Amino acid sequence: MKKEKIIQVEKLTKTFGDFTAVKGITFDVFKGEIFGFLGANGAGKTTAMKMLIGISNPTSGSAIVAGLDVATQADLVKKNIGYMSQKFSLYDDLTIKENITFFGGIYGLSRKQIKEKTQQLITKLEMQNVADNLVGSLPLGWKQKLSFSVALLHEPKIVFLDEPTGGVDPITRRQFWEMIYTQAHKGTTIFVTTHYMDEAEYCDRVSIMVDGVIEALDTPKNLKQQFNVESMNDVFLKLARNIE
Amino acid sequence: MSISVQNISKSYKNIKAIDAVSFEVNPGELFGLIGPDGAGKTTIFRILTTLLITDEGTASVVDYDVVKDYKAIRNSVGYMPGKFSLYQDLTVEENLSFFATIFGTTIEENYELIKDIYIQIEPFKKRRAGALSGGMKQKLALCCALIHAPKVLFLDEPTTGVDPVSRKEFWQMLKRLQRKGITILVSTPYMDEASLCDRIALIQKGKVLKIDSPQAITANYEKVIYDIQSKNTHGLIHDLKNYPSHYSVYAFGEFIHYIDKNADFNLKDLEAYLENKNHSEIIIKKAITTIEDVFMDL
Repeated sequence: MKKEKIIQVEKLTKTFGDFTAVKGITFDVFKGEIFGFLGANGAGKTTAMKMLIGISNPTSGSAIVAGLDVATQADLVKKNIGYMSQKFSLYDDLTIKENITFFGGIYGLSRKQIKEKTQQLITKLEMQNVADNLVGSLPLGWKQKLSFSVALLHEPKIVFLDEPTGGVDPITRRQFWEMIYTQAHKGTTIFVTTHYMDEAEYCDRVSIMVDGVIEALDTPKNLKQQFNVESMNDVFLKLARNIE
Repeated sequence: MSISVQNISKSYKNIKAIDAVSFEVNPGELFGLIGPDGAGKTTIFRILTTLLITDEGTASVVDYDVVKDYKAIRNSVGYMPGKFSLYQDLTVEENLSFFATIFGTTIEENYELIKDIYIQIEPFKKRRAGALSGGMKQKLALCCALIHAPKVLFLDEPTTGVDPVSRKEFWQMLKRLQRKGITILVSTPYMDEASLCDRIALIQKGKVLKIDSPQAITANYEKVIYDIQSKNTHGLIHDLKNYPSHYSVYAFGEFIHYIDKNADFNLKDLEAYLENKNHSEIIIKKAITTIEDVFMDL
């Protein structure tokens, strides 16, 4: 069985002045996969991710995301992916409904589609009673679930999640991962970064970046075997320690 | 008592940020406030560092009252807020000497205290603070909070958004500071860090749910938790949630943590149920209780 590649990264490099943040990384992500993109602070994760979502131009190498070249078709890449981060998500001073309408518009949905999607989404999230409340008044966990759903409004083939669960309480964090699983089962590819190592275990495959290069890439099970440790936390500690 | 908090409450408009919170921290203790965003941790820090006044209740730090003796407290404590709050356009060295000067001391006078941490950022001492990496900013902020040799150190979410390696190093630094006699109050949303504290208060929605040593909290948890695994994790969560006698089902790293309503339930029945649902490579075994398990059941 041949798996369909949805992201193909080949010798992707990004240099700022005399500093190379991403040093020729090569990897593939398959359709419907939950791909964990891990690394220490400053390892080059954010820089790599920015190139993949079409907001930063590679210095050299290439990346094809959902069939589009990030260097020459950056605008199309942005339209064909979903993106959610803890730092940028929704507008606090718009209501839940207004946020959905706004992002639906940005993603180019028709009025009719937006109307349908809004209904569906509010029902699915059980937010009927708060649909006209400002997003700013919602608990963080709700915001994140809403923000994830909004990132999926235009039914992208792939969604990028940048530390989606930071600071969220343990139960909400798990509910969030159940949403991720459900979405992956529908065939959406999930590309996720996190600092919670238990969440790394939930991924189908995990890559670990150290100092601008991908030091390890495999299923959590194989990585633990390869490094002969009990948990992904230990894999992470071992990899980053070896650099020092 | 190094820190004493008695029944403090604080509301912002009609939102109760903290609700009748009480706890005490012994001299030399490493005490953790554990809870998610919005639990009220930062409000507690701001009250104890005299930046915010309570609506009700009293609090004292090294026997000074937070309202009456606020000036004395400011001289005796170090505070590292959750948000990076140093001067971005001053260099590493300038920030440090600035904080030393306003506290009427010099870098040299208390250098011993910060030495271990400062030598890690010293190669960048001429760099502007704004241009430092996250980990280095954190170390500089800690140095600045320590430069006047405080008796009590307040650290509000020092490790949020920090990778596991840097988090581990940071906690090692805290342990070393504790050995130098500094009382530390630290908050974190990472439940795994709770076990590194002497005692912790679990906080949610403005209320303290439990205070004890992390070991006692997990040891006193009476329910039995099972680690369950199969080849299809997502299906497993779903099927366990449909098992009639389930009490709770949570993903937990590579395993699912499962608790049954009946203390004497039959593992074989559960295994047969899962096999019947086409699960393969099933593992069921007793799990070790963590702070996170306890927190989720409060």
